Formats: sequence, structure tokens, C-alpha cells
Amino acid sequence: MMYFPEEVLEHVFDFLSSHRDRNAASLVCKSWFKVERWSRHKVFIGNCYAITPERLIKRFPKVRSLSLKGKPHFADFNLVPHEWGGFVLPWIEAMAKSYPGLEELRLKRMVVSDESLELLSRAFPNFKALVLVSCEGFTTDGLASIAANCRFLRELDLQENDVDDHRGHWLCRFPDSCTSLVSLNFACLKGEVNLGALERLVARCPNLRSLRLNRSVPAEILCKILVKAPQLMDLGAGSCILVPRSDSFTKLTSAFLNCASVKSLSGFWEVTPRCLPAVYPICSKLTSLNLSYAPAIQGNDLIKLIRHCQKLQRLWVLDCIGDKGLAVVASTCKELQELRVFPSDPYVGGNAGVTEEGLVSVSIGCPKLHSLLYFCQQMTNAALTTVAKNCPRFTRFRLCILDPKRPDHMTSQPLDEGFGAIVQSCKDLRRLSLSGLLTDQVFLYIGMYAERLEMLSIAFAGDSDKGMLYVLNGCKNLRKLEIRDCPFGDDALLTDVGKYETMRSLWMSSCDVTIRGCKVLAEKMPRLNVEIINDKDLIEETPDDNQKVEKMYVYRTLDGPRKDAPEFVWTM
Amino acid sequence: MDVAVRYETDLNIKATELRLGLPGTYSSEAQMVPATKCKKRVLADIVDERRSKSNSMEDDDEEAKPATKAQIVGWPPIRSYRKNSFQARKMDVEGAGIFVKVSMDGAPYLRKIDLKAYKGYGELLKALGDMFKCFTIGELSEKGYSGSDMFISSCRRMRVMKGSEARGLGSGL
Repeated sequence: MMYFPEEVLEHVFDFLSSHRDRNAASLVCKSWFKVERWSRHKVFIGNCYAITPERLIKRFPKVRSLSLKGKPHFADFNLVPHEWGGFVLPWIEAMAKSYPGLEELRLKRMVVSDESLELLSRAFPNFKALVLVSCEGFTTDGLASIAANCRFLRELDLQENDVDDHRGHWLCRFPDSCTSLVSLNFACLKGEVNLGALERLVARCPNLRSLRLNRSVPAEILCKILVKAPQLMDLGAGSCILVPRSDSFTKLTSAFLNCASVKSLSGFWEVTPRCLPAVYPICSKLTSLNLSYAPAIQGNDLIKLIRHCQKLQRLWVLDCIGDKGLAVVASTCKELQELRVFPSDPYVGGNAGVTEEGLVSVSIGCPKLHSLLYFCQQMTNAALTTVAKNCPRFTRFRLCILDPKRPDHMTSQPLDEGFGAIVQSCKDLRRLSLSGLLTDQVFLYIGMYAERLEMLSIAFAGDSDKGMLYVLNGCKNLRKLEIRDCPFGDDALLTDVGKYETMRSLWMSSCDVTIRGCKVLAEKMPRLNVEIINDKDLIEETPDDNQKVEKMYVYRTLDGPRKDAPEFVWTM
Repeated sequence: MDVAVRYETDLNIKATELRLGLPGTYSSEAQMVPATKCKKRVLADIVDERRSKSNSMEDDDEEAKPATKAQIVGWPPIRSYRKNSFQARKMDVEGAGIFVKVSMDGAPYLRKIDLKAYKGYGELLKALGDMFKCFTIGELSEKGYSGSDMFISSCRRMRVMKGSEARGLGSGL
């Protein structure tokens, strides 16, 4: 092979943005490994316990951007106790010593303390972007540190975090010299913000492109903000309570008229539905619309709004849109690629909601649809088969029938055939979530056809160990498997233990796996952490090996059992 | 259970009840809670009593069904953030909207206004001003409006009058 000077190699590697491509390049030869590691500035770690911060720093000395994920996915649904782990502080402490040039930190499902945020804000003079998704453990005091100390902050993006709101004036802590903000999202904060400080901040940041407000920001302030920042491309409205046909309403309409660049709209935590026409001027340009936190927008108001949005590519709504509303989506939004329909009332059965009909309409009207999250009351095999035929390009297909184990409501059969049709038709399927009544048969189909599948979520499904085995044997690209309330036990767990080293993680809760099974797995596979997560209040001193394990979390790791596990987590 | 329903509606106890205290100093029951919710609440109380007294399996199953349905941990799989904001919103939506009719002398039709949407008399007056663009407003103290249950709960209808007619009706207007 010709010899390339390292500078040339480094220049070529600059064009590799995907971490998978870079990972592949680093395996070619020692020289490429060396050049790649010194030029890697961006690292993604899907499980913060897969390696230690020290190992990261040793391999990649010049990182400027780090993405970390902490708790397992089912933590989103309260299945993981709060103190389980996923603390970011050790990472920030280690990076403070070794990555003075750190610019970006993206965290998902991690525990972030105010202390971590304070350290973050002081240790990295060039820090530019903080994105926190589904995190917890911090208060608005921590945000105040970021605002006050990060002189070149461009992005502060808080998505669906549980933040303790001390109602301090964190927004006021942005100094007058801060003019660099490009993206500010505080929609998830529950408390009030200083509205004057907000207006002044927006006014002095000419590059602001994305602004998502929380519900404490009223319509009048939104109006003033839009006038000061007509260049916005992504807007999350706060509250939009207005008197229809009033002066404020007219002002807001004309402010929206002036916003030629808004492509993405969300928020509307509270809204006077009859004032929605104020928003119509921007609807025809919208590519993304998230009304899933706006239960006040229903029925005809919602439908009228959607009729204006012909360019939508992404739509998130509540199921009060109904099948009727989805039919309107199907006839209006021909460019639709991603649809999410959330339940407006998770606990009430027999609620209007959406059914298989809505999904079928969308599959007919929106041929570009490839990503779906759909909470519905009922489903049929026929509908799923039709959807599979109409939309063979699904990459993400997540269906949640609200009543667990509900069969096909027309034939009373399990939904094996319907999901089977999906995996057979959608050759690029990477993520799948199942629901409804399902036997081992559906797993046979998944193992046979879902070749590209990377993440599978299963609940209340299957008859025997065979189900799980079909999946483990068949899905060559499986990375994450999460299972709850299924009759899969030690035999399924232990048949192919090597498989788990090819995956990021396995979660099993309320299944038939026993303590013995976990011990055997841990013994055979030293590079896996096999964690048993106990109910904090019900730990027995010396449990019987035959006892079933309530929650088991298995993940590959280079650095052995973690040192920060709380007492109720046992690493086998 | 039947007893509870009849008690609530036929005797209209709440309306005729004598209490000490200013109007608007009820607990949440004074808010615009839909009637069904009131009934359910009473129902639940009675059922709890009965359940602790009787050992009837049938009754327990009846009441247990909706409860267990709602209580599968982590189901449906929605982020707790979203679930929590839904719960909070549910309280808002069900307690929301105290609408009163507003008439203005000389205007051909009535308008409706939601008293809960405004944080003080100032905002309310501004909204009224926007609605009926052709009159000027005098000054009014903001004190006593905020969360002013007294005003909100006792206000049933508003009338906007010409200044000349209003003289003598109250200070400050």
C-alpha cells in the first residue's frame, strides 16, 4: 500500500463524520488507528458503563464533543429506581483534567447534579453546547451556572428533563456580553422565568435560530419575541391564551406573518383554540409540528390547523386527533415521514383515541412514512398487513395497543401475522416495538425476516423460551433487546451467551429468569455486567438461587463491575 | 351508592348550606368541577367504606378492575415526564374556564370572557378594552383580584356601562 503522510490521512478522516465509519477506519492498520485516534473530536458512548472516562481519554486525547447515555431505556417508564446510577459527575471531573478544549456535551437519561453543571461551566473555557434529554438531578441553580460562566454558549437544549425549579433568575444570569446563542430550549421547566431578561436576551442574540419557551411565557411576550427575532426557524410557543379578535391577537398574527423562516413548531402548553388562526401564516412552510403537549387543541381546531400544513415531514400529536383527523393528515401531508400519536389519557379504556383505521389511512396517503410511534385502542392483522404493503420503507415501527395482550379485535386472533407482515415487507427496519396478543410465532417471523433490526422492545408476549431464542438466533444486527412480562427463562438466556457481547444491552423484567441463571451467565461471560436490580424495600439477605429475578440488566463492558452501584443493585 | 347521588342533586345541599366565611373560601369543590367528577368522588368514598365493612368478592372485583388496569407499573410505555405533565394538565383543564357573559351597552351581542385567563383586574380590563374598542377605562386597584376567589366565584355576569351612567355606583370607576 502506498504510504500516505499522516497529515493527508487526517485530512481524509475529517470527511468521516459518522462514528461508525471512524470506528471502521481505525481497524485498518496501526497507522490508521493512530491517526484516527488523534484526530477524533467527537465520541458517542451508548452506555456510560461500557467504559470508564479514563479509558476514553487514553484512547482519544483530543475530544471536543461527547455524547453519553446512562440509564436503560425502560427507566423512562419508571422501571428503574432513581438511585440506580448514570452519574455524569465522574465524567466531567475526568474531562476537566484532560479535555480543556471540550465544547459539547450531550446526555441522555443521566443523573446531572448542580455540582456537575457548575464544574462544567468553569472547567471548559470554550464550552458551546449542552443538550440534556430525559435527565434529572439538577435545579435551575445549575442552569444559572451555565448561563453565567459559559461565555461562548451557543446551545442550551433541555428536553423533557425533570428539573427542580427554584424559581431563581437563571435567565438573568446570562451576561449582557452573551450574544452567541443559537439555540435555547427551556420548555420543560415548570417555573416562571424573568420575562424582561428573556426579551433582552433574544434581542441581543442575532443568530438565534431555535427558541422553545415554557408555559410561563404568555402570548404577549411571544409576540414581542417574534418581532425581535423574525429569523427564528424553530419555535416552541409557551402559553397562547388570547382573546379572539383582540388587539393582542392581531399583533400576534402579524408577528407570525413576519416570521418567514419558521419550519418547526411546538409547545402551546395552554392555548385558546380560537386563536390558532394567528399561527396559520407560518403553517404552509412547517416541516415539523409537535402538538403532543397541547391537549387544548382538539377536534376541528386541530384539523383546520393541519389542513394548512402541506409540507409537514414530522408530526407529533395526541390521540384526540382521532381516525378522522388522521384521514385529514393522510390527505394533506404528502411529505410525511415521521408520525407519533400519543395517548391523551393513558388510563381510560374505551376512550375515543385512534384505531387501526387511522393508521391505514396514513399508510395510504403518506408513502414516505418511515418512522412511527402509535398508541391505539385496537388493531387487526389485516390493517397491519395493509400498512406493511403500503409503507415498505419503515425504519422505526413502534405500536402500542393500550390494553396489554389485546388480540385482533375482528378475528380475536393473536397479532403474529400482522407484525410478521411488517418485518417481512420492511427490509430496512431498525427499531420495532410490539404489543397486543402475541405468541412465539411472531418471534419466529422476526428472527427470519428482521435482518437489519437493531432494537426490539417486547412486553406481555410469547409462550415459551423458543420465542426469545428465535430472536437471538435470527437478528444478526441486534444491539438492544428489552423484554418485560414474558415467559422467557434461564434456558433462553443461556443458550447463546456469546450473543450478548455483540449487543449493547439486554433488559429483562418480570420474566422467568432466576438468580442462578444470572450467576451462570456472569460466570461464563466476564466481559458482561449482569446486574440484578432489586426492589429497595424487599432485599433478602441470602436469596434462594431458584428465585425469579424481578429486573435484570446485562451489558457489555471493558471495565468490569461498576464501582458506583447502590446496595440494591447486585452485579453477579 | 344510590343514596349518595340523591343526596347531591335532589336536596341541593350545597346551595342551601349555611356557612361562616366569605364566598369563594370553599376548597376545590367551589371550582367549576364537572358534576360527574363530584359524583365519582363521593362514590369512591362510599365504596371504600363499604369495602372495609363487607367481604363481598363480587363488589371488590367490580371496583378493583379499573384500578388494576391503571396500575401496571410502567404501562403504557410513556415517558414519566409526559405522564406527569398530563396529570398536571388534567387538573388544569378540568378546573379551567370560568366563563361569564359580558354585555356592553349599545353593543348588539353578548361576549364571553374567561375570568381565569387573567391575572389581575388590569389584564381583565385590557382584554375588555380590546374586545370593545370604543370606551376608556378608569383606574382600578389590582389588589384583591389575584387568585381572587371572591371576585371570580361570585361574578356571574359583567356589564360595561357608559361613564355617565356609572357615576355614583362605586369609587374609582
